[in-house]
Amino acid sequence: MPRRDDIQTILLIGSGPIVIGQACEFDYSGTQACRALTEEGYRVVLINSNPATIMTDPETADEIYLEPLTVEACRAVIEQERPDALLPTLGGQTALNLARELALGGALEEYGVELIGADLEAIERAEDRERFHGLMMDHGMAVPRGGFARDWEEARRIQAITGFPVIVRPAYTLGGTGGGVAKTSEEFEALARGGMAASPIGEILVEESVIGWKEFELEVMRDRADNCVVVCSIENLDPMGVHTGDSITVAPQQTLSDREYQEMRDDAFTVIRAVGVETGGSNIQFAVEPATGRQLVIEKNPRVSRSSALAPKATGFPIAKIAARLAVGYTLDEIPNDITGETPASFEPTIDYVVAKFPRFDFEKFPGADEALTTSMKSVGETMAIGRTFGEAIQKGLRGLEAGAAGLLDEAARELPEDELADGLEEPSPGRVHLVAEAIRREWPVERVRVATGIDPWFLHRIGEVVRRADGVAERAPEDLSPLEWSELKGEGYSDFQLGRMWGRPEQAVRELRRASGVTPAFKVVDTCAGEFEAQTPYFYSSYDPENEAGPLGGSKIVILGGGPNRIGQGIEFDYCCVQAAIALRESGRRVVMVNCNPETVSTDYDVSDRLYFEPLTLEDVSAILAREDPDGVLVQYGGQTPLELVDALHAAGVPIVGTSPDAIDACEDRDRFQRLMEELGIPQPRPGTARSPEEAREEAERIGYPVLLRPSYVLGGRGMVVVRSPEALERYLAESMRVTGEKPLLIDEFLEGAVEYDVDAIADGERVVIGGIMQHVEAAGIHSGDSTCVLPPIDIDPEVEETIRNHTRRIGRALEVRGLMNIQYAVRDGRVHVLEVNPRASRTVPFVSKAVGVPLAKLGARAMVGESLDELGLEADLVPMTVAVKAPVLPFDRFPGVDPVLGPEMHSTGEVIGLDADPEVALRKALLGAGIDLRAAIRGGVLFDFAGRDADALADVAAGMAERGIALAATPEAAEALTERGVAVERVSPDGERGAVRRVREGEFGLVVSVPREDGAGSPVRRAALVARVPCLTEPRNTARAAAAAEAGGVALPVRSLHSWTAAVRS
Amino acid sequence: MSGDANEALLALEDGWSAVGRPVGAPGTTTGEFVFNTCLSGYQEVLTDPSYSGQIVVMTYPLIGNYGIVHEDDESDAPQVEGFVMRRCVREPSSWRADEALPDWLRRHGVVAIEGVDTRALTRRLRTRGALRGVITTEAMEPHEAVQRARKVPPMTGRDLTGAVTCEAPRVEGEGRWSVAAWDFGMKRNIVRRLVAGGCRVERYPAETPPEAILEREPDGLFVSNGPGDPAATERAIASLRRVGELAPGLPTFGICLGHQLLALAHGGETYKLKFGHHGGNHPVQDLRTGHIDITSHNHGFAVREGRDRRPGGRGESRRIVAGAPELEITHVNLYDGTVEGFRHVERPLFAVQYHPEAAPGPHDARHHFADFVAAIRARSEGGAGRS
Repeated sequence: MPRRDDIQTILLIGSGPIVIGQACEFDYSGTQACRALTEEGYRVVLINSNPATIMTDPETADEIYLEPLTVEACRAVIEQERPDALLPTLGGQTALNLARELALGGALEEYGVELIGADLEAIERAEDRERFHGLMMDHGMAVPRGGFARDWEEARRIQAITGFPVIVRPAYTLGGTGGGVAKTSEEFEALARGGMAASPIGEILVEESVIGWKEFELEVMRDRADNCVVVCSIENLDPMGVHTGDSITVAPQQTLSDREYQEMRDDAFTVIRAVGVETGGSNIQFAVEPATGRQLVIEKNPRVSRSSALAPKATGFPIAKIAARLAVGYTLDEIPNDITGETPASFEPTIDYVVAKFPRFDFEKFPGADEALTTSMKSVGETMAIGRTFGEAIQKGLRGLEAGAAGLLDEAARELPEDELADGLEEPSPGRVHLVAEAIRREWPVERVRVATGIDPWFLHRIGEVVRRADGVAERAPEDLSPLEWSELKGEGYSDFQLGRMWGRPEQAVRELRRASGVTPAFKVVDTCAGEFEAQTPYFYSSYDPENEAGPLGGSKIVILGGGPNRIGQGIEFDYCCVQAAIALRESGRRVVMVNCNPETVSTDYDVSDRLYFEPLTLEDVSAILAREDPDGVLVQYGGQTPLELVDALHAAGVPIVGTSPDAIDACEDRDRFQRLMEELGIPQPRPGTARSPEEAREEAERIGYPVLLRPSYVLGGRGMVVVRSPEALERYLAESMRVTGEKPLLIDEFLEGAVEYDVDAIADGERVVIGGIMQHVEAAGIHSGDSTCVLPPIDIDPEVEETIRNHTRRIGRALEVRGLMNIQYAVRDGRVHVLEVNPRASRTVPFVSKAVGVPLAKLGARAMVGESLDELGLEADLVPMTVAVKAPVLPFDRFPGVDPVLGPEMHSTGEVIGLDADPEVALRKALLGAGIDLRAAIRGGVLFDFAGRDADALADVAAGMAERGIALAATPEAAEALTERGVAVERVSPDGERGAVRRVREGEFGLVVSVPREDGAGSPVRRAALVARVPCLTEPRNTARAAAAAEAGGVALPVRSLHSWTAAVRS
Repeated sequence: MSGDANEALLALEDGWSAVGRPVGAPGTTTGEFVFNTCLSGYQEVLTDPSYSGQIVVMTYPLIGNYGIVHEDDESDAPQVEGFVMRRCVREPSSWRADEALPDWLRRHGVVAIEGVDTRALTRRLRTRGALRGVITTEAMEPHEAVQRARKVPPMTGRDLTGAVTCEAPRVEGEGRWSVAAWDFGMKRNIVRRLVAGGCRVERYPAETPPEAILEREPDGLFVSNGPGDPAATERAIASLRRVGELAPGLPTFGICLGHQLLALAHGGETYKLKFGHHGGNHPVQDLRTGHIDITSHNHGFAVREGRDRRPGGRGESRRIVAGAPELEITHVNLYDGTVEGFRHVERPLFAVQYHPEAAPGPHDARHHFADFVAAIRARSEGGAGRS
């Protein structure tokens, strides 16, 4: 069927900020969709609040609205742009929900907008659990046995069918409150009665438990002519009970016989047809009972999902790109498969390798969080690995995770007592796969491990093969290994580092011995067809199978090292920079080789570079690629900390690093060198110190003067950073945290209490420095810059201070001969400008600044890195923002109920949003709205204050302002006393009890909670209650003051304006 | 090189060789190497009689995952000459598994090898075409093995149906319609699908004279899949031509070799494909509706397409089987445009090159069995006077 000509303008909704469960996979799919639709000649309008996305770059769509993803904003965009169609299936659950609300609220009908891809009926059929179940049964699909009950008799009748264990889910309670698993009649009666009481409509779903069953997913595509194909099958290593996003998964499915698999495939098509997803990608989840093979349909997403981003990387089939074309009328046979170039997209990819995906967790950032993996997703990123054997895939994946383990066998697990190992196997956790390997190493029977973990014996046997391959290796000398033995070890995925640890040899020495044996990896192609057709698209992975298919890429080429799995502090912003670098370098006539192992990203879209290596970013894996490609330069400064870790070793090996020199990078990372440099330049720094014993810590803290900022030097990513304000607090820290020793010193810095922080992003060519933007943090110093709300340009900066910042930036840039991007953090107190840190690399704020100034800094930075001057790049003077831009963080605390949700020197946010407006207050309101806080509604809903005396002065003004506007105010005793003393009338609320603060927060009596952490760092039950009840909670006084002031700015309906219109206004 | 209990040797006629580990029975085997791209379904592949004379290379690197399930056999025993895997899984995991793949291979005397770079081998077969070759677990130098490979008879010109057909006529299933199935190495799932469609299947050995079959007055005729070069299967072609003369109105359905034989019987041509179609992901389009089925394939030969040059034809040229203008092409492969199905313009006769019975592979094309039964019903209910 031909392309539809009756529609011209198509609206796409993005997925907004990165949160747990919705990450950059939707930038990948959204970008693909935008490009596909633009290529087809449609006018594409996009709304997304996340500035760190490639999809919101001006080239991606015709009109881009960086606006909060609310129904109101979408409606305003529709009113302004009058799209003919809305494609709701490519922006995750966020876009689907918004599309549904827009449809139900009549906006689509009012403006004549057609839902394409999936209509309202299909969305409703898939999303409403009861309707979905009914629909499945009507079509003869098996679903978990069970039913809905409104009284005990009925509940008991249903339970008689389901047996035990049984799951009880009360209807319409938040986050599964009141639900659970019952194993006995007594437990069931208590749960059922309690559940019916908890449900506002007195209803519970009683359902058979499928925990421990095998879990599968099929990625399905359907076109308007009802052609259906399975793009990829995925099997979870962790059985049902662990969220798919938190499971180790493999593709293709491994343990179903063809007969069973084809039945599942038939069922998947029945489901997609029954739900009525007209075109595009869908993801259908199945559970299979291991002992009987009984297959149940669990759920279906009528949209592109996380797995739909994994599947294209696993198979080479670009789901989103094709889904977009299907939505505008094409059929699968009319779309070419771009990997083969000759065959159509109406086929099922087949692969000749094993793919493994691993979730990346960041629990160390959330002390107190429950690390057990459940049905609620907790991982913050993922990595994928491809191998010709299961061992290659799984061990590559584990080292690509950068989570401390070099592969399956983990040294820490080796020391574990038997009973702890047994307990560890019982509970799904981030490190469980290492415990499985350890149990197998100890020769526990597979059956015992299976019973403990529920993991299919197939996986246990494969893990066993990997483990057994290393038996006796430690006792051998590496010099004695035959080439066959080397290739067998490498063929099970063992890294040189792992082997070196077994032998007590350095990684490099192992590498040299191995290479001397002639054993080096070959690179194979991901081609969608298992070699049946010639591939046009150079998408490679390494293997120790003999035949290499990757001859070096010709021409002048740069290798870009990506950032690996997303984690807190290193996320989509860096992938954004890598992608921009690839685009810019290709535009300037160079060829680009991308190396990365994060399947969610745009950088691992094979269209982005001339050649993609889907490989872990370890020294070994990267070196093998560089040995093969011998590039003109390697770009390490854009992928965050991951590639920077490799700089020294690569530099030492003679690899040409483009841009700022490795020496300059070292000068910024080495504490002593940096201190000397700042002294030479005469730029003040907070007073630094280092302690190698508790005594030294006390002395240094006294010398520097309290408050001080403490951080252990041996952990990365700001973990364990705290501000200590008194000798007593220091003692508490020393007692609670790890030992301070000569090997593990404690870094102690002067803490500039109350200072204002500024972040500067600049670009330089070795001689000249151009400032891209100066951002002012709304919060006082002490909040990690990644978690701060910041404003560009600064709202209230002293012109002299601004000039000093600009001068310092230029001098530092020149002194370091920075070529490319640079980020500097300053703290200003009493007019004195201190430099906190200098990062001669892409920073997290580059995309945000680029959007605000309308200049693609990462692109220009990449070209500066390869030798173009700022003059040549057309950068004459410091850049000026088009309007006021506010960045607000998005925090994942709601996923970690045990954690105190406060901001501090350690970063916690997973993502960010932007608010743009000429009025700084409107921009702030938009940013917070984008981050999920509707200030106007929140404050009008009544405010509860909860703080200690220290913050009284700052907050009394805020409270007084609210009181004047007639806002109902309440406060916990200490805060109430402080506010009353300062003449603000508030209702005093005791923390506990029937009408206590906690109870009332939980019941939704307040629209906003302002709860500032106490100096002693004690947690607050009020904050936790707000978290659980999803009530907005502000925890920092300055931020609260700004928020309160901005609450009514811009009126009820906030204006929307496209990026192109801002640019046009500046340029004209 | 070889001869070590832990080594097996693979060699091709073009001189390529690789050392791997033996998995199945000891010994030496020869045949035509072809690759199969199915991710699952190795057991159905191994037991498919159409692979007679061939050594199959599985492109998916982990084979044996769910073991062997006896009820999934497509015939009584393995039919391949040999089997090549990247890695053979020794501990299957499936509630249905009866035994492990290596044990079963050994038990049935199948020589198999693992530890070979099957992707390299596949790429070689793709670029050079199907090659003759050897697998051996015996002491043999690679050059010797290559010589052996060059002595393997080429597939072109070989009629292999005699070795895989049933020995005597037999009846399978019960049903309203009686279908005579000419067995050239028929897969079991074809029988199952016919029975499921309400047919009583009377299986006849390949050499059964057509008169003997027609004497039983079947309601329909099925022409089965099978191995070898269709053009060399002369006796079957002649038999089918005879059926056309004696019972032109008999509803007839052919699959794979059956498709090729029916084309040849009507004057069509067949030719050898470079490396054939062996997999479960080929898109086949029905030219009449535009609908696409993802289909299961296993064939090394194809029916040649021709142009309809008859004068007075309508403006657009019909796609027909070369040399057989009454056979109109109904299905084509979207990968390479080859003929995947045809129907007779006047008679209730149609055939497909792929495997609607699947096993292994997707079930998309099962509807052809219903079409066949519908043709039988239509004739029996409406057109008794036609034959």
